[in-house]
Amino acid sequence: MREDAHTLTTTAMSSDQGHPVDVQQVPLLSLREVTKSFFGVTVLHGVSFDLQPGEVLGLVGQNGSGKSTTMNILGGVHQRDSGEIVIGGTHYRPRVPRDAEDAGIAFIQQELNIFANLSVQENLLMGRFPKLGRWLPVISFRRLRERARQLLAAVDLQVSPHASASTLSPGERQLLEIAKALSLNAKIIIFDEPTTSLTSRESERLFALIGRLRHQGIGIIYISHLLADVVRLADQIVVLRDGHVVRRGPKAAMTVDDLVTAMVGRSIEALFPNRSRRGATGATVLEVERVSQPGIVRNVSFSVAEGEIVGIAGLMGSGRTELARILFGLDPFESGRVAVTGRPFAKPEPRACIAGGMAFLTEDRRHEGLMMEGSVAANLELAALPEHARGISRLIDDRRLRQRMSAIKEQLDIKSGDLRTTPVKTLSGGNQQKVVIGKWLLRQPKLFILDEPTRGLDVGAKQEVNKAIVQLADAGTAVLMISSELEELIGMCDRVLVMNRGEVGRTIERSAFEREAILKAAMWKGIGT
Amino acid sequence: MITSPAHARRLTRFLRLLPAIFFTVIVAAFSVLSNRFLSLQNFTNILLQAAHLAVMAVGMTFVLLVAGVDLSVGATMYVAAVSLGLYLSAFPAWLCLLIAIAIGVAFGAVNAFFVVKLRVAPFIVTLATLFVGRGVGLYLSDTRMVLAGSAVSDFAHESSLGVPAPVFVAAVSLAVAFVLLRLTPFGRYVYAIGGDREGARKTGINVEKVTFAVYCLCGAFAAVGGFISLSQAAAAPSTFGERKEFLVIAAAVLGGTSLFGGHGGLLGPVFGAILIQTVQNGLVMIDADPYIYPLITAAIIFIAVLVDSLRAGAIARLERRRIRAEEQETRAEEQETLAST
Repeated sequence: MREDAHTLTTTAMSSDQGHPVDVQQVPLLSLREVTKSFFGVTVLHGVSFDLQPGEVLGLVGQNGSGKSTTMNILGGVHQRDSGEIVIGGTHYRPRVPRDAEDAGIAFIQQELNIFANLSVQENLLMGRFPKLGRWLPVISFRRLRERARQLLAAVDLQVSPHASASTLSPGERQLLEIAKALSLNAKIIIFDEPTTSLTSRESERLFALIGRLRHQGIGIIYISHLLADVVRLADQIVVLRDGHVVRRGPKAAMTVDDLVTAMVGRSIEALFPNRSRRGATGATVLEVERVSQPGIVRNVSFSVAEGEIVGIAGLMGSGRTELARILFGLDPFESGRVAVTGRPFAKPEPRACIAGGMAFLTEDRRHEGLMMEGSVAANLELAALPEHARGISRLIDDRRLRQRMSAIKEQLDIKSGDLRTTPVKTLSGGNQQKVVIGKWLLRQPKLFILDEPTRGLDVGAKQEVNKAIVQLADAGTAVLMISSELEELIGMCDRVLVMNRGEVGRTIERSAFEREAILKAAMWKGIGT
Repeated sequence: MITSPAHARRLTRFLRLLPAIFFTVIVAAFSVLSNRFLSLQNFTNILLQAAHLAVMAVGMTFVLLVAGVDLSVGATMYVAAVSLGLYLSAFPAWLCLLIAIAIGVAFGAVNAFFVVKLRVAPFIVTLATLFVGRGVGLYLSDTRMVLAGSAVSDFAHESSLGVPAPVFVAAVSLAVAFVLLRLTPFGRYVYAIGGDREGARKTGINVEKVTFAVYCLCGAFAAVGGFISLSQAAAAPSTFGERKEFLVIAAAVLGGTSLFGGHGGLLGPVFGAILIQTVQNGLVMIDADPYIYPLITAAIIFIAVLVDSLRAGAIARLERRRIRAEEQETRAEEQETLAST
């Protein structure tokens, strides 16, 4: 079967890149000292690397190390500040994503660009439909089908061109996206975390396909947190940290351990407040037993007690946020049990969860957590209004509410003018986040779920938000905190659950904390091991 | 709440059948209540009466597919009818039809300008042009009833090969819509934009241009509806086309077009229009109290919208991105269910 597909591949592609190319020649893509800063913060400090035709370059680094920015510059989403990029011997300075497409660069993103309401063949050639004639803008469905068949064969995807794209599995959608890239005659294909939603069998298929693509002289940049996969696939590996290339070289010289050491290796422990007490100070607040939801999470069990901060580590797409949403009743679960202070939720829904003493700080404060146009007070009081409505008339006890709000402002050190007149949008990111926390604090929650509480904040603001979280725990609240930043989890938590593909893989106690251990638990489960 | 894909599949299958079940029940009920209802003559009448609604629902489908809405279609048909009656009564019918289409396109272009260029919400823009259109019509006609020219009013009674002219116009409109939506790249772009606007932009589709064209098309179809209706009634009173937008949207949505964009076809809205007209026709046949008509209309709109939001929930459940890749669960079934949504 594979032999067949390969023959078809070469036929389909023979027009411009059919023959295997000698690896040692002019680089396909070359970055020289590329820099970029946003609002005065430098995120790329002179990134350089070369990509040869037929080569797989592995690009690794933690969140915020500059991988995405580098790719956005290549893709024409952002413009570089200085430095040089050369593609196939010519200068390259893309202004819009279309420029990247024209230069032969294709991106296979984590979030695939598939129209689920259209068929496979329509997805493949969207925007470039074959027509019946130059002056007759009617789609030639015969040629559309033929071209789609060729492309599907080239990626060894066995589905009907007429099938609805919504029926494809994540792995098949990815192959569809790659077929789209081939139809554009891409010379460089960039994979961003391609295996996060694939089964191991689908991943194997993808790797086989990558092998065939490089054989055709296509250059591949492979970005992944799954280091074992990177080591297995790549010819050359580039490690980014804080916008610097900290290691670069042929794969032969590097092991997974080397990569992990290169990716971490800095100390910012000072960022985290000292906690007077650590660990549980009271009874169990949240109990989660064998919670499963097909396609989302499987068999998740853990508990959080009063005064405890429990962290959830895991990569994007590991099911962290989805788990939090299930616990807060925003999404359903099929089996298992969730109990707060001993009372089980048969069918959790946000109102019942809030009434039961839960609070939830969402990942996206701009859209889900805050009314940006409203005043600080309007945001703070929102969740607590029912509690401050007194007696039969249900009129709001404004004086008490106001007192509580000033107390919260004081406690969290929210830097804002008059609470009633200052719009939230004028506050800094850190203070906005404190308003969200304060909103829930007014209700004195027993359990606080925080999803990426410090994302997008600068170092100082992070520290302040973290201080507020520690205060919460010291006051006896059970805290469940999700973060992409390992340092943060290590600095803050009593226990860290590591999630991987919807399951809690390991639970690491504070005594056993070690950055590399957590990083490995989250990344190691590549299929090469 | 929809809990599992299997549940979502069953629900979409049921919802797809619902209008047909609804239709059967209505026909059965009216046949029992009135002995004049169940006859070939009456069904021909229903088709004739439904022609303008079907054409307008088809135009509306384009707008709904890109997740927009056009509330000004009733006003568009009114302005077109008034203009034809007042200024063009001496013109032949075919020329009147072309001029009506031009008026509709102009109306649609105004909507499109605000929606596309100034990024105002379609609901707000078309609500405003709804009032502008009615105002213009009332101003031009001095709020009096406008009579159609003889060429236009005779047109409704002509027929070729046994097909009445209004049904013929509706069929041609439907054919044009079919070619545009099913056979040209434009039609595929409409679906793509409704499915994922950002994704469509990233794919290089000129989202603005396509959206602009979609509103112009909807205006054109609304004006054709106005032409048919004027020709059949031979006159346009000051209430001509009033509240028509709700019936048009209800027809499209009953026919399976989603208010959330990206899902729907052409035959469905035509069926929806016939369904609605059957109800109205039946009410006349059984001599229902005229004051009950608005209640029935409201019930139809309510059912249409309810069906749509249930369907949207089910489709979203089926299309949701999975985190865990569970092995091949009942793929064939899913394929079957989604093939026609």
